Amino acid sequence: MTSRTSRREFLRAAAGLAVLVSVRPAEATPETMQQAVRAVVGTSSVTKGRVKLELPPLSENGNTVPMTVSIESAMTAAEHVRAIHVFTEKNPQPEVVSFRLGPRAGRARISTRIRLADTQSVLAIGELSDGSFWSAEAAVVVTLAACLEET
Amino acid sequence: MAETLISVPPRARRGEIVEIKTLISHPMETGYRRSQLGARIPRDIIRLFVCTYNGAEVFRAELHPAIAANPFITFSTVATESGTLTFQWTGDNGFSVKETAEIRVD
Repeated sequence: MTSRTSRREFLRAAAGLAVLVSVRPAEATPETMQQAVRAVVGTSSVTKGRVKLELPPLSENGNTVPMTVSIESAMTAAEHVRAIHVFTEKNPQPEVVSFRLGPRAGRARISTRIRLADTQSVLAIGELSDGSFWSAEAAVVVTLAACLEET
Repeated sequence: MAETLISVPPRARRGEIVEIKTLISHPMETGYRRSQLGARIPRDIIRLFVCTYNGAEVFRAELHPAIAANPFITFSTVATESGTLTFQWTGDNGFSVKETAEIRVD
């Protein structure tokens, strides 16, 4: 038994090392998204429904994806939407945007353009004046991801 | 100075819900990209957008790097009285832009 490393051993070790050093860009996982959601809703429960999240099912360019969120609400002092928060699963950071509104908004419907780093689902959570939280989810297939490298 | 584009109907009936569209030129550099030399490009984003109507806040958006470059936001407000809508964007590196628009309510 010699201490010389055989070619086979060397290759095996090199392959293992390659797996170890291959670096993936940081990304939000469903768990980090859940943490971000918890930071917003606290211990309240979130019910599916009431929120309408409009996103294209297929996006050719993840750098700018049109998004519209809306909630049917009377938008009166007694009953209105306080905020709408948007999260993603696979962007480097789960938070996308938080909108704060009130009865003076008249209507809870907001549009903007977002970045998506990968094919993933987007979550919108609406916070109503009675303290309840509602959610909607939308899946988007992204063919060209929002670029993370190079300029 | 960042260029802005704001769309507010110049006239409205009292109580009418008017749609407001705002656009501002800004790279929204995420802070997650690297240059060709491998150096991380520092984050430079707009973090906050606030709209006030005669001094009272009617809408606010807290932005993160996942908002596309040149942030475009459409929202609405109730035309309560004639006056001034003020739009303020603030962000990294001391970024601060303020614009106003007049609305006449009959």
